[in-house]
Amino acid sequence: MREAELKEIIFRELHNIAPEADPASLSPEENIREALDIDSYDFLQFLIAIDEAIGVEIPEADYEDVFTMGGLLNYLSVRVR
Amino acid sequence: MAEFRMPSLGADMEAGTLVEWNVQSGDRVKRGDIIALVETDKGLIEVEVFEDGVVDKIHVQPGAKVPVGTALAFIRAEGAAPLPAAAVAGPAPAAVEPKPAPAAVPSPPLPVTPPGERVIASPSARKLAAELGVDLTVIQGSGPRGAIQRADIELASRAAKPAPPVGKPAPPPPPERPAPPDYQAGMRRAIAAAMSRSNREIPHYYLEMEIDMERALAWLEGENLKRSIKDRLLPAVLLLKAVAGALADVPELNGYWLDDRHQVSEAIHIGFAISMRQGGLITPAIHNVDMLSHDELMGAMRDLITRTRAGRLRSSEMTDATITVTNLGDLGVKTVFGVIYPPQVALVGFGRIMERPWAENGMLGVRRVMSASLAGDHRATDGHRGSQFLEALNKHLQGPETL
Repeated sequence: MREAELKEIIFRELHNIAPEADPASLSPEENIREALDIDSYDFLQFLIAIDEAIGVEIPEADYEDVFTMGGLLNYLSVRVR
Repeated sequence: MAEFRMPSLGADMEAGTLVEWNVQSGDRVKRGDIIALVETDKGLIEVEVFEDGVVDKIHVQPGAKVPVGTALAFIRAEGAAPLPAAAVAGPAPAAVEPKPAPAAVPSPPLPVTPPGERVIASPSARKLAAELGVDLTVIQGSGPRGAIQRADIELASRAAKPAPPVGKPAPPPPPERPAPPDYQAGMRRAIAAAMSRSNREIPHYYLEMEIDMERALAWLEGENLKRSIKDRLLPAVLLLKAVAGALADVPELNGYWLDDRHQVSEAIHIGFAISMRQGGLITPAIHNVDMLSHDELMGAMRDLITRTRAGRLRSSEMTDATITVTNLGDLGVKTVFGVIYPPQVALVGFGRIMERPWAENGMLGVRRVMSASLAGDHRATDGHRGSQFLEALNKHLQGPETL
């Protein structure tokens, strides 16, 4: 899967959770949850949606790797088929 | 025979708009069935019926905005004869002795009531009538037992402006068309009313305790390793279970301050503060938290959050919370100093779980620590009881496997 495709999926799912936010404006180092005001419940819903979309289940132990947009993209791109 | 009334869906609600009926005359209903949809300042609420029976007669049609307490329909017990049409159309039967209106102190000048008739109106309605120059004896009350409510007086005052009625009853108020909903403003007003009342009436005391969360989180992480991502539990599940456990140990914090006395509730219904993305918050109740398994509680939270954000809560969830829990840990605050939601007597606040130096048994280590706070109603409980509650909460969080 190309990075642009992956980005599109991430943006779509973030938009479902935070409809008024613009995920494309996030810089790669920014903390997604803080920037978009996503609580722990919504963050879990987001990860469930990502798993459903691309089949990558992120364990809790890896959460700290996916808090930023850059980190999340890296994490997913090496694991997605 | 029971009246199905416009419920009070929160300490601050005065009126609601009936949006739709899910039933019609003659339908059989069971306790807990959702039979109507009502619009309030906070959004659309699904209203449940509280007894089994048959819908006998529907009084209020969709679109009408009516004060809290107005009979919306009659529910007749199964097998009972339907009411004659005349009896259901009018106000309460004459045989019922009206409750004497409470004497207003200081008493505003009251219009003279013809002998033999008694006006039922609250002191605040009487005061308003005096201010607006409305004669209470010519108003048809829309409240319980024909009680005159503030809204009736406002309507009568408006109706009276062009041509003051001379000695004849004002026409029954036409159903008000609801203005296009502005839940944002409405929610702010509702929160403002409830919180102002809280600060005015409730003498709060505040207690805080730092809780070592290492054991609870380690247990949770172990659990979540065994689960698929869809079934993962959030720390909030453990926090709510621990609150329920601590309330079983110290029940005084679970309940209400009503009619100048402390009323402890046996059932543990936790109002769970859910913030709305557009601003504002709703604290619907999760029922019987003490009896739910972890998975049931996670499911209940998910269901409640989804429906809260979609604006489809049920009436019981809006009214019967026995305590409120607010979890601001996601935002990074350390401590919550809560405002109690009346008539409840306590609010439990959780802050962020943070790594902190922690000394135990003479050893210093780094632990994940959380501040738990209690805002208590000093009329109902004292700081001693409150600290017993926080102690119990701590104890439960140190034994997560038993929660």
